[in-house]
Amino acid sequence: MDRLIELLPRLWTAAFETVYMVGIAMVIGGLLGLLLGLALYLTRSGNLLQNKAVFAVLNLLVNTFRPIPFIILLAAVQPLARLVIGTGIGNNAAIFGLVVGSMFAIGRIVEQNLLTVRPGVIEAARSVGAGNLRIIFTVLIPEALGPLILGYTFVFIAITDMSAVAGLIGGGGLGNFAVQYGYRLFDPTVTWAAVLIIIVLVQLTQVIGNSLARKVLRR
Amino acid sequence: MSVISLRDVTKTYPPRSRGAAVTAAVDNVSLDIEAGEIHGIIGYSGAGKSTLVRLINALERPTSGSVTVQDRDLTALPEKALRQERRGIGMIFQQFNLFESKTVWGNIEFPLKAAGVPASEHQRRISELLHFVGLVEQAHAYPEQLSGGQKQRVGIARALATNPSILLADEATSALDPETTRDVLRLLKRVNEDLGVTIVVITHEMEVIRQIAHRVSVMEKGRIVEQGDVFDVFAAPQAAATRQLTVGVVSAPPGEDELVSLRQRHPGRVVSFSFVDGGSAQAQIFVALSEAGLRFELVHGGIDEIRGRTFGTLTLAITGGDASIDSVLAQLADVATITEAH
Repeated sequence: MDRLIELLPRLWTAAFETVYMVGIAMVIGGLLGLLLGLALYLTRSGNLLQNKAVFAVLNLLVNTFRPIPFIILLAAVQPLARLVIGTGIGNNAAIFGLVVGSMFAIGRIVEQNLLTVRPGVIEAARSVGAGNLRIIFTVLIPEALGPLILGYTFVFIAITDMSAVAGLIGGGGLGNFAVQYGYRLFDPTVTWAAVLIIIVLVQLTQVIGNSLARKVLRR
Repeated sequence: MSVISLRDVTKTYPPRSRGAAVTAAVDNVSLDIEAGEIHGIIGYSGAGKSTLVRLINALERPTSGSVTVQDRDLTALPEKALRQERRGIGMIFQQFNLFESKTVWGNIEFPLKAAGVPASEHQRRISELLHFVGLVEQAHAYPEQLSGGQKQRVGIARALATNPSILLADEATSALDPETTRDVLRLLKRVNEDLGVTIVVITHEMEVIRQIAHRVSVMEKGRIVEQGDVFDVFAAPQAAATRQLTVGVVSAPPGEDELVSLRQRHPGRVVSFSFVDGGSAQAQIFVALSEAGLRFELVHGGIDEIRGRTFGTLTLAITGGDASIDSVLAQLADVATITEAH
């Protein structure tokens, strides 16, 4: 316990790092995933921009990257991180990995949620002469907003989970803290302190996500 | 002048599985719809009517043939120009297809925004439409708070927002109960009569056609098998599909089986009188029979009225002298079509 008190400043830093990594990865990965999910949905046969070839390529891409265990993907995309953001180690390189790792999952979740919108509603929007952009942003996304918020809440928690292995490439965060100061130094109290903060973080996210979704769905 | 004109239009879909035959949802159809009419298109499900109606606002493109709406050949237009055309063609749906994320107000405003109508005019136009369909109180309700009939009224208001001159109704009352159906049909009638909108009504219910349509096209397997004035088609259906669809809605002469049992139960000669547009035919028949001193009994039949014209079949069991019956029947030959069961 004394040791934990001694480590508190580091624990807070680690918590901040987790929020930082997950937050930024969520914004960037969330946007890229939204675009990917939209592209998957729109190019699907029978939809607004149906295109067999593009859909097949995107689909293959998602199916290729999604099953790769994150700890392996993080190592595998390190050279790419160097190329794109100029470094292969640290929190920012970990964010790069999180973005790559999450965008494919988000893409799939977005696609699935958009598919719940009844095609008739899109047809009604087309029938009054609305253009594709208007349909996407003022009909398609609003109609699927409730499930989308729940989907993103789910993803936020998944990214928090993924961020725990950031230590592999020299990133920080609660996962790294728990491994470094708890597990490796045989101090379960320290490990559990990190776990506790993660639980609070996840619960908080879920509560916010649920209440937002409830508000949008009006129930 | 026809406002919608389809010429040799075919729409085929690729086969579902390799080697299966190509299916033509619409097969070489030509159709002219006049400005100001309510034109019914009836057929069983799978007859191709939903595809046909979507060719009119180019939600579907024909595989071959041409679709001309208000003198513009839609088949030649790119998607962007079609959007402009669609603003002049409203559409309502069986499942209403309202935007669940928007209020009644938001639903009706959507076409106005899409058409680039200045925001300052939205208020006036939307409240005008809400008054017309009778939903002023529900302006800020969400679709899930409305009944089926109210939802379809919103659908109609949304379809009319941009002042289209054509309204396409795709099974618009099929999800509604009979009473609500009548309300919605009355509203469509007002759309036609008060606003002068040409309406194309797709349905599988002959009753809908009978209540509001002026002319009707009967579809079967992608083709139009019969077409004409609603009264004529009802009074004397030609195609087998039409006869099937009118069973139960209009009184047809008794079938073979019915005749057999009628003859068993009733003495005398069983005679059917069919008349079309017969304002005084009934009276003439009864008077002639009475004057000849014949006894008769009405054993089967009924009278229908469509748009103020009557038609129907009356089957009578007549008793009396054979010679006087024959002379009366001869006398009535030009009043009704007479068939006698032997």
